[in-house]
Amino acid sequence: MSSLSRLGKVFGLVLSFSMVLMPFISRAETVPAIAAAANIKFALDDIVKNFSAETGLKVRVSYGSSGNFVAQIQHGAPFEMLLSADERYIHELQKAGFARDEGVQYAVGRLALVAPNKSPLTLDTELNGVKVLLAAGKLERFAIANPEHAPYGERARELLQKLGLWDGLQTKLILGENASQAAQFAVSGSTQGGIIPLSIALAPQFKALGQSIALPAELHGPLYQRMVLTPKAGATAERFYLYLQSDAAKSVFVQYGFGLPAQ
Amino acid sequence: MDWQALWLSVKLSSITVLVLVPLSILAGRALAYRQFIGKSWVEALIMVPLVLPPTVIGYYLLVGLGSQSWLGQWLERLTGQQLVFHFSGLVLASVLVNIPFALQPIQRAFEAVPHDVRDAAACCGMSKLKILLKIELPMVWPGVLTAIVLCFSHVLGEFGVVLMMGGNIAGETKTISISIYDSVQAFDFGAAGTMSLVLLLFAITALALTTSLSRRLGGQRGANHR
Repeated sequence: MSSLSRLGKVFGLVLSFSMVLMPFISRAETVPAIAAAANIKFALDDIVKNFSAETGLKVRVSYGSSGNFVAQIQHGAPFEMLLSADERYIHELQKAGFARDEGVQYAVGRLALVAPNKSPLTLDTELNGVKVLLAAGKLERFAIANPEHAPYGERARELLQKLGLWDGLQTKLILGENASQAAQFAVSGSTQGGIIPLSIALAPQFKALGQSIALPAELHGPLYQRMVLTPKAGATAERFYLYLQSDAAKSVFVQYGFGLPAQ
Repeated sequence: MDWQALWLSVKLSSITVLVLVPLSILAGRALAYRQFIGKSWVEALIMVPLVLPPTVIGYYLLVGLGSQSWLGQWLERLTGQQLVFHFSGLVLASVLVNIPFALQPIQRAFEAVPHDVRDAAACCGMSKLKILLKIELPMVWPGVLTAIVLCFSHVLGEFGVVLMMGGNIAGETKTISISIYDSVQAFDFGAAGTMSLVLLLFAITALALTTSLSRRLGGQRGANHR
């Protein structure tokens, strides 16, 4: 029993210690929380770094699925800005009264066909490699984002339908919860490949794991990525919103395989 | 390694334990010693978080405590701040989800305290509070410690609830498990691996501790221990 009570004392000490420390933890109150679609993570991380270096201001970015963020903002999430993977979500937010205005387009998304290193899949812009592999019965698994709620998944489905591959791939599809998870699946080695955002395929972290090829934008509807400030936006968020429309930010988006909106 | 997220998780676990364990001692004692109508329903209700998917609990909390619900609005007026997407909301969620983990071992420990010991203490003229402090608590202490360890480690690994109602805000609701998920999404397998290993080692240690504790508890009064 003595060792037990000693253990209890130690645990109690740790607990009280953390309680004492609690007030001293810096609260990031003045740093605005910003919600962003998972597919722009690599580009936005760079842009945030440049923004902080230039202005000395900080922002906290949470990455996730655009649809999720819209639901959370409607339930009172403290996000001051949303960078969506698709325009529709911004319009939805505006209709519900949780956006300042109609927002602005900040980038145009592209799709990429990817394959993990050592995959038998050959990459080409018409997806002939996929057709060959499918016909040979060697395509077991193919990853895309969930077309039900992820914009990039929806566009991947359009592209596959246009190329007449959708029906044949039905039983082979692995659905990622968002574009980034689809990319995970595509290069996990358990799939032969997948269709993911070009912006993720061009990230250095991704290049180590697989090959990619950009797919023609004519094969699917446009992926206009739009952002908007919410009614909670403060001065820092407003400044970041303007910075995202600057040439400095635009060049980073281009570097990560995004097109620029016609202004 | 995301130290901020680890610290946030440890903080969340500690506060949950501090809130939940004292309440569980009172509730566990009452459930162990008292018979009342509907007791089995109460016990069943307490077990609900064990069988419900955390995402379901998270969804109900998001919608039930959000700024669109009357309850959420009322709480916001009362406390001056929002519960969802805020640390305090995570505390509330963790307390609710972990009720069975805290209450079960404590209730079982109280049930294992022999009747005649308590009767003897009452005969000696000890007050109810004194019996609790001097007789019962030293006897149920292993059960309490089991509850603390189980709760602490369970909150540390909480994912579904936090994902649904946390909003993944760094320093506020981005816990260690969310941080692991984020690292994987960002292809940062090094960070994800390190953090997962920390949680794995913690879980194994916690379970080993709990097992040895319950063995002691069982060994001391195996006859009464269910």
